[in-house]
Amino acid sequence: MIIRKFAALAAGAAALTLTAGSAVAEDTVEVLHWWTSGGEASALNVLKEDLEKKGVTWQDMPVAGGGGSEAMTALRARVTAGNAPTAVQMLGFDIIDWASEGAVANLNDVAEEEGWADVVPAALQNFSKYDGNWIASPVNVHSTNWVWINKAALDAAGGKAPETWEELIAVLDKMKENGITPLAHGGQPWQDATVFEAVVLSLGNDFYKAALNDLDPEALGSDKMKEAFDRMTKLRSYVDDNFSGRDWNLASAMVIEGQGGMQMMGDWAKGEFLKAGKKPGEDFVCIRFPGTQGSVTFNSDQFVMFKVGEDKQAAQKMMASAVMNPEFQSAFNVVKGSVPARTDVSDEAFDDCGKKGMKDLAEANEAGALFGSMAHGHGAPAAVKNAINDVVTQHFNGELSSEEAVEELVNAVEAAQ
Amino acid sequence: MNRNRLQDLIPRLVLSPSMALILIFVYAFILYTFYLSMTDSRMLPSYGFVGFDNYEKLWNLRHWWRALTNLAIFGSLYIVVCSVLGLFLAILLDQKIRGEGFLRPIYLYPMALSFIVTGTAWKWFLDPGIGLENTMHQWGWTSFAFAWIKDRNLAIYTVVIAAIWQSSGFVMAMFLAGLRGVDSEIIKAAQMDGASNVTIYRRIIIPMMRPVFLSAFVVLAHLAIKSYDLVIALTGGGPGQATELPATFMYSYTFTRNQMGIGASSAIIMLVMIFSIIIPYLYSELRPGRQR
Amino acid sequence: MSDEKMVGTTTGNRLLRALLYTVLVLFAVYYLLPLYVMVVNSVKPLDEIRQGNMLSLPALFTLEPWAKAWSSAQVGVQPTGLKPYFFNSILMVVPAVAISTVLGALNGYVLTKWRFRGDDVVFGLILLSCFIPFQIALIPAARILGFLGIAGTTTGLVLIHVVYGLGFTTLFFRNYYAAFPTELVRAAQIDGAGFFQIFRRILLPSSSPIIVVTVIWQFTNIWNDFLFGVSFGDFDSLPMTVALNNLVSSSGGVKEYNVHFAGAILAALPTLIVYIVSGRYFVRGLMAGAVKG
Repeated sequence: MIIRKFAALAAGAAALTLTAGSAVAEDTVEVLHWWTSGGEASALNVLKEDLEKKGVTWQDMPVAGGGGSEAMTALRARVTAGNAPTAVQMLGFDIIDWASEGAVANLNDVAEEEGWADVVPAALQNFSKYDGNWIASPVNVHSTNWVWINKAALDAAGGKAPETWEELIAVLDKMKENGITPLAHGGQPWQDATVFEAVVLSLGNDFYKAALNDLDPEALGSDKMKEAFDRMTKLRSYVDDNFSGRDWNLASAMVIEGQGGMQMMGDWAKGEFLKAGKKPGEDFVCIRFPGTQGSVTFNSDQFVMFKVGEDKQAAQKMMASAVMNPEFQSAFNVVKGSVPARTDVSDEAFDDCGKKGMKDLAEANEAGALFGSMAHGHGAPAAVKNAINDVVTQHFNGELSSEEAVEELVNAVEAAQ
Repeated sequence: MNRNRLQDLIPRLVLSPSMALILIFVYAFILYTFYLSMTDSRMLPSYGFVGFDNYEKLWNLRHWWRALTNLAIFGSLYIVVCSVLGLFLAILLDQKIRGEGFLRPIYLYPMALSFIVTGTAWKWFLDPGIGLENTMHQWGWTSFAFAWIKDRNLAIYTVVIAAIWQSSGFVMAMFLAGLRGVDSEIIKAAQMDGASNVTIYRRIIIPMMRPVFLSAFVVLAHLAIKSYDLVIALTGGGPGQATELPATFMYSYTFTRNQMGIGASSAIIMLVMIFSIIIPYLYSELRPGRQR
Repeated sequence: MSDEKMVGTTTGNRLLRALLYTVLVLFAVYYLLPLYVMVVNSVKPLDEIRQGNMLSLPALFTLEPWAKAWSSAQVGVQPTGLKPYFFNSILMVVPAVAISTVLGALNGYVLTKWRFRGDDVVFGLILLSCFIPFQIALIPAARILGFLGIAGTTTGLVLIHVVYGLGFTTLFFRNYYAAFPTELVRAAQIDGAGFFQIFRRILLPSSSPIIVVTVIWQFTNIWNDFLFGVSFGDFDSLPMTVALNNLVSSSGGVKEYNVHFAGAILAALPTLIVYIVSGRYFVRGLMAGAVKG
């Protein structure tokens, strides 16, 4: 009896899915992404509405979690099944890996027509092109070597924003005396690594490039690297004991509310400050990590276009072009806290920190001081990135001494390659 | 005659679709994973044969040893505490309790929820800043300290607490079912002989629960080895890598670290562990002469 | 084992019973605590959560988070709430539970009443399939679904859930039917009843306890699945768990904990109801066979 009812339901459900499957509109893009928080999603909605005006239906496939790692798992299943989405939000070396599997589309004609090569920084193009062919539309550039300081806490600690490691330590010490948590930090491997790469960068551009982009074993095993780990130990002493597992936005909240003095985090942290009604320059200060002025470590969200059937290619190209539209790049990045991937977008709509970010990016690009962020997948492939994260996290949690960490780092990177 | 032969075939025909599906989706996949573990697969499967290299790399990873050690701690505590607690609660509930119908679903419901649902609540509860510690402080017990989740030597025990919360009610239900199945004549006879309640439980009833213990062990052991979302929801494997388990290790190597070969070899090791627990049990269950 | 064995009248006994109830209630508190935290905080405004105690009752009661989680929270590019995904889950769970239960019942019937050479081995193989870690199935299963042309559809998800549920459903029914008197089946056979007739007329009518257990088990597991849903779902078939995950683990922005909790409870409601409504039958069903060794 029960079973018969179930069977009827099952048949009905099957019929429903069949009809749903066959009703595919003509021009559609299916987009896999992990921008599901309010601000990000409404920023992306700009793109969706733009495409809908052009008669392209947006099929949304949001998968949040783990900074995109859940989405990447889903993507693997989709591509293996021969059911790739039209466009996928992706970061850094993941793009290269997918391109080398031959799974991505070719956007050369759109790119040439619109002259992308002239407006996208070369360091970004390394990830938007593979084998000389355009495969992705970059949406934004985040830079990771920022420090966010509570203005009141800074004033109480002398008022001068630190520009060198020594000054930074002095400010942190002062904040500690003043009875707040000097460094608001969340103990998750990627956050530890974000601080670590800034520390490495503060020891020199060449050192950063050799160690975290070129993975030179000599640089990885050098005394400078030990110095970097020693600095991490020093920074650890300014973090409260309750840090492990804390989400980054909770660490931002500590700085916003004045329990914490500063946070070392990428520019996405700005959104938290703005949403709390704080004004850059008045309530909080944004500076480059002391010792890294003039250099930028970046990560860039891009929409990688996958190989799809001919019926979907027209819409795919339209989307690629829409992402590169300066108006979208401006509108999206104002909300997201990042800066446009195009260098020719007006900075009018951006706030002070945003303007500074755009200027820094352009200057670093000119000076050859724009490097891929290791912590965010633009320094090395996933296996190496995670191997480095492992070591950094273990060291930061006191499981390894600085000497052991250097040794382990060399071994781990070699084993992961 | 013909009809009879058809009748003979029907049972096997009925069984064959299930069998075919399982042969493909389980056993062929296991063989495929075994093969992958011998290849240089990274992001997607590839077929360059490397022999046992991945296994060698795997056993050289500190990370993997940590995962195994954690599984030993987690698994043994989880299985023992769940079984003992389950039996204890079942015995208490079996004392003609008023409101049993009310209490039972309360004990049982955690099994219905995934950790995607309860993860945030648990994280809060265990977090010293907002959870139990903070609450006790607000209630005036200021020396109270409960920060295990932040301590890399103790964090794994918080995972155990949450896991026990989820499964012990289910084990309780299994034992309760077992207790309700005990023939009351046996107990009456023992009471006539003047045995105390404690003695009756210790000498007669608990030994009769042996099959339930076994079933519970199998259910719990495989849940322990497959534990994944629990760790992800509570600690994400941290602090550091203090709460990594083999299942999280395998997922992260296969899908986020693009080292599918190593991931596959860890999966094979997990399967070997699972099967070495289950197959002896199955054998004892199914050996001829013990059919009911 | 219910009789009068524990009921006494002395004071010592009364004290013992008071202790008994105390212990039972304490455990109830332990089990209820996470749910309590979720419920209480799902009806508070966000500000109150930020300042207050996680255990305190709401000073300002609001149902807005619930409404938001259901119909306007951001889980994708549009603020749809969990609603559409809820129906995706229903469309997936109902057929998957029905099919795997029917197949499990038939398998259990064959394995106990129509035994053949090697049936123990067959049962062993089916049972072992319960223990496969799902992560290893992802890539090869994706290839098969793609080959069948049902990747990214509810049909594909149903197939996957049926396959990985068969071990459990077969186990439940096999243990249950093993205790069913085989003589009745033989007698019916002599009377000329066929395979399906015997199943429908003789076994099925007395199977309700084990059907309840199986349906609860399958419903819970399939409803709560995340990994298969996220991998084999598509924009129009993503299940509830994926949407909930999008809600609670989004990468940036203010975390609206009250909405997260409301969403979590909404996502859990069907399984909770199933457990609470049929909990009584669950123990009865377990008694009837599922736990017997």
